[in-house]
Amino acid sequence: MSNNTSLGTLFKNGIFGENPVFRLALSLCPAVAVTSGVKNGFLMGIAVLFVMTMTNVTVSLLRNFINPKVRIPSYVFITATWVTVIDQVMSAYQRDVYKQMGLYIMLIVAFAIILSRAEMFASKNKLLPSFVDGVGMGLGFTLALMLLGVFREFLGKGSLWGAHILPVKPLLIMIMPTGGFFAMGLMMGWLNWIDRRFFGGAGASSGGH
Amino acid sequence: MWQHVLTIFIASALINNFVFSRYLGLCIFFGVTKRMETAVGMSFTFTAVMLVEAVLNWFIWTYVMVPYHLGFLKIVIFIGTVAAFVQAADTMMKKVAPALYYKLGIYLALIVTNCIILAVPLINADENYSLFESMALAVGSGLGFSLALIIMASIREKLELADVPKSFQGLPISFVLTGLIALAFLGFSGMITL
Repeated sequence: MSNNTSLGTLFKNGIFGENPVFRLALSLCPAVAVTSGVKNGFLMGIAVLFVMTMTNVTVSLLRNFINPKVRIPSYVFITATWVTVIDQVMSAYQRDVYKQMGLYIMLIVAFAIILSRAEMFASKNKLLPSFVDGVGMGLGFTLALMLLGVFREFLGKGSLWGAHILPVKPLLIMIMPTGGFFAMGLMMGWLNWIDRRFFGGAGASSGGH
Repeated sequence: MWQHVLTIFIASALINNFVFSRYLGLCIFFGVTKRMETAVGMSFTFTAVMLVEAVLNWFIWTYVMVPYHLGFLKIVIFIGTVAAFVQAADTMMKKVAPALYYKLGIYLALIVTNCIILAVPLINADENYSLFESMALAVGSGLGFSLALIIMASIREKLELADVPKSFQGLPISFVLTGLIALAFLGFSGMITL
């Protein structure tokens, strides 16, 4: 990423061009787990956005002080600290949601996307671009989760964010783990198709970490 | 007591299978299941690391963190232990068993940066398991993960020859496949009432 990229482009990149979930196929693990409802997906996304942005900011501020030989452990340590912060905040203010997905919040520390952004971007760029990059990627992640959440909650419970909409009996399978995998696969395949059909792209990577 | 340990073991292997019920370890799951040999290699490494990890972290948790009320630091400390252990194991293996290192060494590096290795110590800490219960969870999840890897690898090898629509090639179809296997694993859920 060049240093001359405008902030707006950077921001959009996190949402569309290099969307962590659908394009880079990174950090899928807990992402799929919490999308049984739009609200859960949203809160998880916000947690990730917070950690990503704060980690990027911290790494960027400290980039001239961290010895290159220990940079990966330092980044992991920084990420772990911010995850602890959001973990404590969430358990205090959103107790009921936290009970369901507490484990996945704590596992944010292992997200490959955070480490790779810190390594590839924040360690080489100034404060403001790093901040924007973190926010962009975090938002991209949140939107992806909410999209999955809408898909699953609507079909699985007939509601959106807890408000019942569909009068018909829902497909229970969608809120179970199976539904999560199906939703993810179908969503990715669909987005690949859109990408190829309208944007002439080649589809998402097939390796995924 | 042993009955409880056995319950945890079976539950973590089948009912709360890390991949199919808890969505963890998808990172390496899709990575190593393209071929059977990588899947098997990862299975061994994973179960071994998981067991040692769980024991190490249990000791730290019980004898250092709980008495000193350092519970809130568990994320930082556990990931520190994992990183340190994998680094140590890496160096030791290179010297002590080079042949083994040559075969399984790369999986060690993969294990560190993934979601699943943290999950077991975190669950152990949250549920306040005893030493044997923690070990049961570790071995059970390791075996369950291995099962998942081997099933997926055997399907994916056949998948290479199938006619998958272009937009679905690679990850999307693998996800749908995993969903189908998860559906099958749902059948285990009535086995034990935990």
